[in-house]
Amino acid sequence: MSLLDIKGLGITFGGLRAVNEVSFSVSPGEIVSVIGPNGAGKTTLFNMISGIYLPGAGQVVLNGEDVTGMRPDLLARRGMSRTFQNLQIFQSMTVLENAISGYHLQERGPVLADLLGLPSSRRRSKAAEEGARALLARVGLERAAEREAGNLSYGALKRLEIARALALNPKVLLLDEPAAGCNAVETEEIDHLIAEVAKSGVAILLVEHDMKMVMRISSHIVVLDHGEKIAEGDPATVSRDPAVIAAYLGTEAENADG
Amino acid sequence: MKLTPKTATLLVLAALVAITPFFFPSGYYYRVGALIFVNGLAVTGIVILTGYAGQVSLGHAGFAGIGGYACALAPVHLGLPPVLAVVLGAAISAALAWLVGRPILRLKGYYLGVASLGMGILISMVLNNERWLTRGPDGIDVPDLGLRGVLKDWGLNLSNGEFWYFFSGIVMILGAWAALNLHQSPTGRALRALHGSEIAARTVGVDVSRLKLQAFVISAVYASVSGSLLALQNKFITPDVAGFMHSIEMVTMAVLGGAGSVLGAIFGAGILTLLPQVLTVFAEYEQMVLGLVMMLVMIFLREGLLPSILRKLRGTGE
Repeated sequence: MSLLDIKGLGITFGGLRAVNEVSFSVSPGEIVSVIGPNGAGKTTLFNMISGIYLPGAGQVVLNGEDVTGMRPDLLARRGMSRTFQNLQIFQSMTVLENAISGYHLQERGPVLADLLGLPSSRRRSKAAEEGARALLARVGLERAAEREAGNLSYGALKRLEIARALALNPKVLLLDEPAAGCNAVETEEIDHLIAEVAKSGVAILLVEHDMKMVMRISSHIVVLDHGEKIAEGDPATVSRDPAVIAAYLGTEAENADG
Repeated sequence: MKLTPKTATLLVLAALVAITPFFFPSGYYYRVGALIFVNGLAVTGIVILTGYAGQVSLGHAGFAGIGGYACALAPVHLGLPPVLAVVLGAAISAALAWLVGRPILRLKGYYLGVASLGMGILISMVLNNERWLTRGPDGIDVPDLGLRGVLKDWGLNLSNGEFWYFFSGIVMILGAWAALNLHQSPTGRALRALHGSEIAARTVGVDVSRLKLQAFVISAVYASVSGSLLALQNKFITPDVAGFMHSIEMVTMAVLGGAGSVLGAIFGAGILTLLPQVLTVFAEYEQMVLGLVMMLVMIFLREGLLPSILRKLRGTGE
């Protein structure tokens, strides 16, 4: 039984159909990748699923519950977490604080206890901090813990975002180009990390430009072009699909530098 | 043992409050000191709202007005002791902030600024116009807090100036302590997170509107208590305390000193309270020089005076 069901999702921006009638589903432990040329609507699709845009049509069903257009913080409570293509890091906080923020739902408590610095408040912070340190170690950032996040390299920030998203202990994880801007070694590390997370039973939805990575780790691929789903299936099937080849050949020049 | 920033800040503030009186050439300076601490308290609230949560208010003097007038009116009309009048003022301010904050905190940036400005102006107009209650622009007498008499009975004989200096200083330090607790707490982290990226804060589960509202209410309480202290030590209050200029002053003090840091903002309150006294040597150019100083700080030291100075001292050229 699938954990995340996307049913006929669509949205228009000023008369332009950015995404139209897209359906697919993601099961626990599965890595589903959404690929397509630039401007195909991948990030828009992600933003609808994660409650940032209100879909014009269709449904998002999470764990059997209709969560279409639900606020991101409520989705987080239901086990959905995500990363962003254009980094959304808390720049002026330390790396450790960024990771601790991912534990917000576990560590939050009465504001009065926090103002008075009561032991209960400190206990909550402490538990979150321990979890965050373990996560930073997992993504190889433990030594940067006390640094201001804004000073980190792009690749490191990508990993920090993944750590923050993992802190929610999600059932569904949406990763928007987690390897963009990373070198080959970093990409491979992220690769392993994603596979490991999927193995632990998390349903992963991935947008990625690095085709080698997509083909290597995906269990299922959804191909978008001009906002429409043009193909889906396992990596081998999709890479042979004539419509996919046409869509990619048609935009070869654009993608040559990406 | 390594000093945490919180302990360090509190030690610096306690030392400043305790030691500076030894250098006072006259009793008048207790008065200036008390004024700095009262402003420092209000500005600490701005640190929570603006420095932590990144929200702007240009109407917080309205809450200072409520706190101040609560001390003038509640003892007379409700028979409350002045101490409880301070609490009542804070409760009314909190309730009003909660009511007003819900709709206006949906707005961002300068829209929020203008909406909060409107709120401040409304409060100040009520205080000016409801003469039957507030006696209007001429102001109204405020009863004595009574605490100095109690201390005297206990054998601690302080002059009026000394009492208000130390009392305001202690309240300011308590306010700083709570703000620093908040900074390192789950709530404080969530506030700073939504300041950094609202969208990312939402995706980690932060209920952004609720958190903004909490920050708004807390900062309103700070402003309210600050207004109460001002009214009580002057034993008199006018609607000016709720005026637009006072709101701007609070924000300017915080931003000039460093809105992200409690110590910085209090430093800003100190500078802007003292500067006009120092600048009297420029006579009629006083306001001009003050404006110039503010512009230069913002152009060259955007983080605010204290954080910029500390960064230079540490030699981290970031």
